[in-house]
Amino acid sequence: MSVLSNAAVLLGKELRTEFRSRELLTTTIVFVVMVIILFSFTFNSFSEDSRRFAPGLLWLSFLFAASLMLQPCFLREQSNDTLSALRLSVSDAFAIFLAKLAANTLFLLITEILLLPIFAALYNVQVVPVLHWLLLVFVLGSLGVSLAGTALSAISAQARMRELLLPLLLLPLLTPVLVASAEVTVGLLDRNPYMQWKGVGFLALFDVVFLTALWLFGEYLLEE
Amino acid sequence: MSAPGAAAAIRFDRIDKRYGGIYALRRVSLEIAKGECVVLCGRNGSGKTTLLRIAAGLVRSSAGTVTRDGERFAPVGFVGHATMVYDELTAEENLLLFGRLLGVPEVAARVNGLLEETGLYERRASLLRTFSRGMRQRVAVARALLHRPSLLLLDEPATGLDSLSVSWLARTLQQLRDSGCTILLSLHGESEISALATRAVRLEAGAVEADSTSGADLKTMLTFSAAK
Repeated sequence: MSVLSNAAVLLGKELRTEFRSRELLTTTIVFVVMVIILFSFTFNSFSEDSRRFAPGLLWLSFLFAASLMLQPCFLREQSNDTLSALRLSVSDAFAIFLAKLAANTLFLLITEILLLPIFAALYNVQVVPVLHWLLLVFVLGSLGVSLAGTALSAISAQARMRELLLPLLLLPLLTPVLVASAEVTVGLLDRNPYMQWKGVGFLALFDVVFLTALWLFGEYLLEE
Repeated sequence: MSAPGAAAAIRFDRIDKRYGGIYALRRVSLEIAKGECVVLCGRNGSGKTTLLRIAAGLVRSSAGTVTRDGERFAPVGFVGHATMVYDELTAEENLLLFGRLLGVPEVAARVNGLLEETGLYERRASLLRTFSRGMRQRVAVARALLHRPSLLLLDEPATGLDSLSVSWLARTLQQLRDSGCTILLSLHGESEISALATRAVRLEAGAVEADSTSGADLKTMLTFSAAK
């Protein structure tokens, strides 16, 4: 079996278990909607502040969502030692990462897409005209968040104080992604929307570098 | 201790495993010939699990080398302390998942066959979390056998099994041994499973203390291990 076909089989398992229990998605979506609503009370949504601060708050909410979603990613493989069974079954450990990465990115994107209309209504911003560009930023940003998060989830799952370790490592590592994503989103939500290609390029570069690193060193992260 | 000239299914060469400053294994050298059924015995913490996990390739040794079937990483079947299957999936889904990952040909037929053999066919569509410990253990054994491995590693496989299930496991292992599969397993005390052993190795504080092919020695070692 090739890496891609192994990853596809494992992605099927990830989606099946999540859509069967809906534990992760439901919890995260409810939590993130609460955060967005709470933030919206802090300033007048019809003021210029809304445009300036909203993108940062939006990406902060996505970060909270990612912290919640990524924690159980490898942790749930620990209870029955299923990670060992996976390592013995796949042709390349990278397949495990690819499947987890695809599932995390997909779950994060579902959360973001569901959150977007609520965000647009509460913060009085026009998202429809720039929806395709927003989706591009969401995909690149979410992929970056998932890449770093999946790798760190594998490391923290085997460590002591694992619940604290992931957010502690994730925040500093993701700062460049969040800054770039927020900056590009600020441009897109401006009265005269514009695209910050430099930010998009940085996000794409971050994704490529982390994906390559995961491909090269992922196996070592899974070792006991 | 394998028969002279017999090809080795697995060879441990001066294996050390340290966790910090503590040695879990110390200079372990063993050669297990194809078709042997070797029981590892020893008290808790003697290094049986570590040795089996190193044999499976799940744990890297601190020193020494493991060679399997002439190559470093040939496919093995492994049954560990934990069930290594998903409670959120059904018995059938679990076996299909691992069968597909392992590239088992005609996987659906193989899974159905194993479910029949384990007596779980009627419960194939039930989530594993609704199963008893013994039923889950049977799924765990079935998972390890999916790809018909030539080397089977089992870490106290009778854990949680009732006497009927132990008999089933003993019959299954006997068929595998008779078909030429090499089996390395850890056990506590005598059972129908220990009766299949062609050789026993006792570990003490991470080192090989005794290695014998004599039935009487095996009985003594297992009694000694269980008493400890």
